[in-house]
Formats: sequence, C-alpha cells, structure tokens
Amino acid sequence: MIKFNVNGRAVAVDTDGDTPLLWALREHLGLTGTKYGCGGGFCGACTVHVDGKAVRSCRTPLSAVAGSDIGTIEGLSRDRSHPLQKAWITEQVPQCGYCQSGQLMQAATLLESNANPTRDEIVRHMNGVICRCGTYTRIVAAIQRAAKEG
Amino acid sequence: MTAMFLGATNLSRRQFLGRAAGLTFAVGVGSKGAWLVADAAAKTEGYDIGAWVRIAPDNQITIITPAAEMGQGSMTGVPVALAEELDADWSAVTLEMAPADPEIYGYGDPGNKRMVIAGSRAIRSYFEQMRFAGAQVRKVLVQAAANEWGVDAATLVTEPNFVIDPVNRRSLSYGEIAAFARIPDVLPAVARDELKKPRDFRLIGKPVARRDIPAKVDGSAQYSIDVQLPGMVYASVVHAPVQLAKPASWNNDEVRKLPGVIEVVALEHGVAVVADTFEHVLAARSTLQIEWDRSAKAHGFDSEPMLESGYMEIMQDPASDVRVVDTAGDGGVVFDNATKVFKADFRSDYGYHAQMEPLNAVARFNAAGDQVEIWEGTQAPGRSRAAIAAALGFDVSQVVHHQQYLGGGFGRRTITDYSIEAALVARATRLPVKMIWTREEDLAFGMFRPQNLQCVEAALDDTGRIVGWRHCVVGDGDSLIYSGINIEDYYAVPHRQIETRGTSHGIRLKHWRAVAHPFNLFAIESLVDEMAVAEGLDPFAFRRARMAMTPKAEAVFDAVEKLSDWHAPRPEGRALGLSVSERSGSLGAGVVEISVDQSRGYIRVHKVWIAIDGGIVVQPDMARANIESGVIYGLSSVLKERATIKGGAVEQSNFHDYQLLRMADAPEEIHVEFLDRDTPPTGLGEIGNPFIAAAVANAFYALTGKRLYHMPFTPQRVRAALSA
Repeated sequence: MIKFNVNGRAVAVDTDGDTPLLWALREHLGLTGTKYGCGGGFCGACTVHVDGKAVRSCRTPLSAVAGSDIGTIEGLSRDRSHPLQKAWITEQVPQCGYCQSGQLMQAATLLESNANPTRDEIVRHMNGVICRCGTYTRIVAAIQRAAKEG
Repeated sequence: MTAMFLGATNLSRRQFLGRAAGLTFAVGVGSKGAWLVADAAAKTEGYDIGAWVRIAPDNQITIITPAAEMGQGSMTGVPVALAEELDADWSAVTLEMAPADPEIYGYGDPGNKRMVIAGSRAIRSYFEQMRFAGAQVRKVLVQAAANEWGVDAATLVTEPNFVIDPVNRRSLSYGEIAAFARIPDVLPAVARDELKKPRDFRLIGKPVARRDIPAKVDGSAQYSIDVQLPGMVYASVVHAPVQLAKPASWNNDEVRKLPGVIEVVALEHGVAVVADTFEHVLAARSTLQIEWDRSAKAHGFDSEPMLESGYMEIMQDPASDVRVVDTAGDGGVVFDNATKVFKADFRSDYGYHAQMEPLNAVARFNAAGDQVEIWEGTQAPGRSRAAIAAALGFDVSQVVHHQQYLGGGFGRRTITDYSIEAALVARATRLPVKMIWTREEDLAFGMFRPQNLQCVEAALDDTGRIVGWRHCVVGDGDSLIYSGINIEDYYAVPHRQIETRGTSHGIRLKHWRAVAHPFNLFAIESLVDEMAVAEGLDPFAFRRARMAMTPKAEAVFDAVEKLSDWHAPRPEGRALGLSVSERSGSLGAGVVEISVDQSRGYIRVHKVWIAIDGGIVVQPDMARANIESGVIYGLSSVLKERATIKGGAVEQSNFHDYQLLRMADAPEEIHVEFLDRDTPPTGLGEIGNPFIAAAVANAFYALTGKRLYHMPFTPQRVRAALSA
C-alpha cells in the first residue's frame, strides 16, 4: 500500500512500487484527465505536479512519490477558474484535446516561478509537451494572456 | 451550454420522439430533398428518418450532431447551420452525439449513407441538409404561431427562439409554441430562396465557441481510454514486428502464471494479454515471447534501398503496373516539339499518423453473449460497427456503439482494427475489457502514408508557356499515392499525362491527413519554382505569365501576395517560398519565411501566410484553427517525420526516434485569410497541410541556392544538399 496526497486528499494505492504513477492515477484512482501518450517521457501528455514540480507521470514509479503531494488537472481548479484554463477557453486552444491536461499542468509551473514569461521562456518551458494537432501558437498566446490577466 | 454523448442508458430514437412535451422533428438527411419528417411519420418504424431536433416547452432546443469530434470542431460547426436557419438562440441549444446509424444520421444517398468524417468532409457534407432542416422547423413554428394568432404567417418574423408579430406587437417563444403546436403530417416545403441571405446570418460566419472545449481544459472530456466499467479488466496486444505476420507459438503457460494475468488470447496478427491491472498487462507483455510464421509478404522488405533505387527500376520498367490518373491532349508530341523541358525526381518517406491517444477501445458483452457494447473514438462509426459485427459473426443490431471524443484521427481512426481486437478479447474472457495498444504497438502496427518516388516533367513552347505536363508516382497503396496530382484545378496545362506505377510490399497503409497531396504538391510546386528561377521570373509573375491559372487560383495567389507583403525586403538570413494546393474543394496559396542554421542543417519556419477560397466559412475561428493545425501537421512531416522498414519491421519505436514537431520548431506566426465567398463550404481540415513542403523547399532555394528533393528535410539531408 503506497500512500500520498492527490489534489489535497490522502490516498492509498495497493499495487507494486514500480507501477508508473500515471496508471495509479488513471486506473486505480479514476483521475483520467492525466493522459497516456508514449510511456517513455517523450510527449508530456501525462504531466502532473509532484511537490510543485512538473513531472512525467509515466516515468515516475509509485515508490518515488510515497508521502508526496500530487497535483493533477482535476485539481488545477474546481471550476475552470485557473487563469490558464480561462485563457485556454478564450483563445480556443484545444483541438482533439488529448495533450491539453499535460500542456496546462506544464504551463502552470511556469507561471508559478515566472509571472511574466517571454515567448522564448514559454517555448523553452513547454517544448517537452507535444501537441499533434498543432495548437502551439495558441498555447503561447494563452499563456501570455493568463500572465497578463492573472 | 453543454454537449453530451449518448451513453449506454441514453435514449433510443423512439424514446427521444416520445418523451416529454414539446415538438420533436425527425430530419431526413439525404439527397431526396425531403428534409423533415413529421412527428407521426417519424414514429412509424422503418421510415427513413434522420437527425433530431427537439424543442421543449422550457424553450430549450436539442440538436443531435452527427460528426465525430477529433479536434476539428465539427460537432459544433455542423449543428450551427441548422440552428442558423431555425433562428435558434444558440445559448439554448444542447447537442447530443448521434448513434452509429449511418442510414439515419449519415450523409449521401439513401441506401449508401455514411458517417465517415475524413477528407475534410463534415461541414461540406452536412451543411446543405442542415440548413434546409432548420428552415423547415422554423416554418412550422411560424405557421403554428400564425394559426394561434389568426394572422397570415407572412406577416411574422423570428428573433432567436421567438416568433414575433411586429404589427400587433406580440411574441411567442419557440418553447411556448412547442407546448401547443402540432407538426403537420405534410411538412411545408422550403425553397432555396427562402434560406437566409449571408447578410442575415447570426451564427454562420460569426464567432461561436466550440462546445467540446470547456471539458478539454479540466480533464473531464471522455475519450475511450478513459472509460471505466464495473469489473473491467485490461488488455494489450503484441503484434508481429514484421507487419501482418501471424503468431505460431508463444510461452503461454509461463505468461498465464504471471501476477494478475487472466487470459492470453490469440488474435490473427498478434497475441493479447489480459490482466487485472494495466501494470500487470505491461509486465506480461514484456515476458511474452512469440514465434511468428514466416509467410507474411513484408518479410525481408527494406524500405530504404527500395526508395533509393528500386522505385526507379519500376519507373523505367515498361512492364510495370501503370494507372493513368489524368490524360489530356498529346503529351508525347508536345514534349518532342518543346523548346525547353524541365524535369526532376522527388522522394518522400513513410509517414505515421501519431494521433496522441494510442489506439484503444472498451468492450463489454451481455450475460447471454449475444450483444456487445463498444466504446471507441472513431471517424467512421457506421463502418466500425458493421466491421465489429462481421468479425463476431453478429448482426449490426447486436453491436451497441458508444462514440467518444477522439484523441486525434488524421485518417487512422477510419478503420477499426483495434476495436475488433477489443471485442474478440472481451468475448474470449467474458469480462469487460479496456484494450490499449502501447505507443510502440501503435507505431509498429501502424498504417502508413506510403513512401514514393515521383518524376515530374514540364514542356515549354517557344513563347515560354507551359504546354505539357507529365507526372508519374511510384509506390505502394494504389489510390493512396495519387490524390492532389491533378493540376487542372489551378493550372490549365493543355497536354497532360499523369499516372502511377504501383507496387506492393505488404506494409499496412492508410489515408493520412490529406492523403497523397503533401508529397505530390511537394513535387509539383517545387518544379514550378525551379522553372520560375530558370526563366528569371518572380514566382507569382511566372505562374501568371506561363501557367494559365484558373480564376480561383489567380484570386488566392493575389491574396497571399498581399497578405505576405511578398515584395517587401526580409531580414538578413531569411527568405520566402511560395506554393499552392487544392484539397477537398478548397484552394489555398501559401508563403513561408524561413531561416537555415547551415551547420546544424536545421530549417526554421518563422512565419506562414495562407489565403484560402473555402466557400462560406461557417465558423471562422474553428476554420483558422484547422488551418493552423494543417500547417503544423504538414510542417512536422516536412521537417521531421520519417518511418523506415527493415526486414518487414518498422524501425522506429516511439517519439524519440519518430520525431514530431515541437513548440520550438513551430512558426511564431500563422496568418490565415479566407476569401469572402458565398459559395457552398468546401473542406478546410486539410488545406493547411499540402502546400507547405514545396513552400519550405522553395524558400530554402531562395536562401541557399540549393534544392531539396527528399522529404522530410532532415538535418542530414539539408547538410547534404548544402554541400552538393
């Protein structure tokens, strides 16, 4: 039994310690907003927060997060009120939408540490998360909007 | 407002018709011209009836939306056309996803209707029917109000969700009318000139937010991979590395004993492991050792030497399998008498769809084993349902299909091999199963855009005009290699000979966004640019003077020349390239601005401008998003994407060696202009994609004086071109 916190709630998952956090979140805890894209840490669709840092949950064994605070898209806000979520809707960012949880979770850690990022800083921070539909220009615009409108 | 998907417990169409008070309209979607079916007729079994509109006494309107939603916005865009003519208050409209029943919810001719959303088809296939349906519903409501008030219907007008009597200053909401009105047995006809004029549109051409987006920013949008059922188990399939080989034997007993493993199921081209958790499935997968039979056609196939030299042998072999795609005039004589002939060969590699959601499906049988429910995201719900039924030996009625959001389609989800596997595994285990292909499986057992060789030749007469055109494509995949090859959509070249020479390697192939357009337009527009340079003319001037463009082509070229400010000087180290493409009835001309890091062999596209004639643009922002998406998807394949086959097996395994375009490689600016047209809408889902290869190659020439002839333009190929 491995215990940790998800979106502020204590949880316990009964599985092997080398199970990727991704599958524990999705299939054991039913938090399916976090997506499986590649399983190799290449695409970033599975990005969540572990103790405030953006990590690839497909490459994070459960044993490594015992006692940690995990944040997922379901906990980014209760009502789509996070500035990034509002900006994502205003800019009509998502297309198929499958990567967007990862995009949003990755972007959230940027704004935590840098309230007013430049385009280059945004690109550097976001480059690990692939969007196959090609929403990149809108993601940049939405992050800039969120930074401005808070 | 909301959008919802019909779940297992949602309404059948008879329940939909019968429930609650209000008016329910059945819409006949077909080519017969009878768009709406009256309530009474719709309740009769067997009547050919279609998408539903329901108006409730609380003034809420429900529209069933038939198009798969894979990010292109069609689930919103298609019903917008109906709501426009109905004069509906869009904020009072709820959308429900249609069931997989093409004869009711499809487009096309009765008896052969389809729900396939591919080839940029959603809006252009449904637009007309949806408008007439909406107009007819509106007419019924207006007539009902006229009867109630005892006035002539011609004196009444509508505002969103209201019928207004301007003379007597009174109004009734659609909901109020629905509470008392009856739908006549014979519905009023709607003439074409009764449809709204573009200047009266309230929704078409105006910003309407996509209904699927809110659920895509908080993780609540449900894809099939997210479906959870009570008692559900997990499965994954290991397919043969050599495509389409069959399993001969495997370490069944060993795998069966692994923790959590429930069953090992043999499938035609793979072996499925079923376990209580997905982590146990993954562990069992890696333990599974399979001997494959050696009879698959792909055995021993190496794609690189075939593309490098094998295809040229096929091109030159008089006995090869020729298919004439287009022929006009007398190509041979024109080339014999030509003042000048330009000729070049082009190659492009296999391309992988790489939709972000790996293929998966959820399947559950009933206790009797004579009905299966399928949850999947598919571009072709009707075809998928029929294929699953056929694979199980079922009638279509024994397959209950639940369409989900698609985590990308791009052509891959028009075929349903993965859902068939899920159904077979569920039948073998008698348990609800979520079957997920790993990314590695999705790539290894992919269905690719075929690699190909192209030879293009143009003949100029003594005035310098292009009078002859020959184009031959060599490759596997039959029709998958010749789309986009007909230049007559934009260039009127009088003598043409356009053909393919087919071959077969046993590799799985499929429509890939814009099919063959990306590589065919690469060849065509690269050669045009080469001729312009050789003739000493600006690329716009050359096309205008030498290529007899169609009026539509002239218009998009004029527009993009202005949009990109083509003649203005660019910063040091930057250059522009021009190209054009037709796709799905739309025509687009595009310009890119690039720079090249010569030591790294890295091409960077900074800006893109594209001018498009797509007819009426139903939803401008969604349309722009589709173009941006096409540009990025196209550019990804132009700069990065490359699958190769060795010994019949795909050599790449994941996104580290099958690279996709990332944010750092994406253009900083994409400018899209739609020409102002009131012609019927044409496809926009792919028109952003095919022009970009040649635009980049032509800009590369403008900057470096070197040509690129092999797509993708990898660093290695770029460096080789620069040192050539």
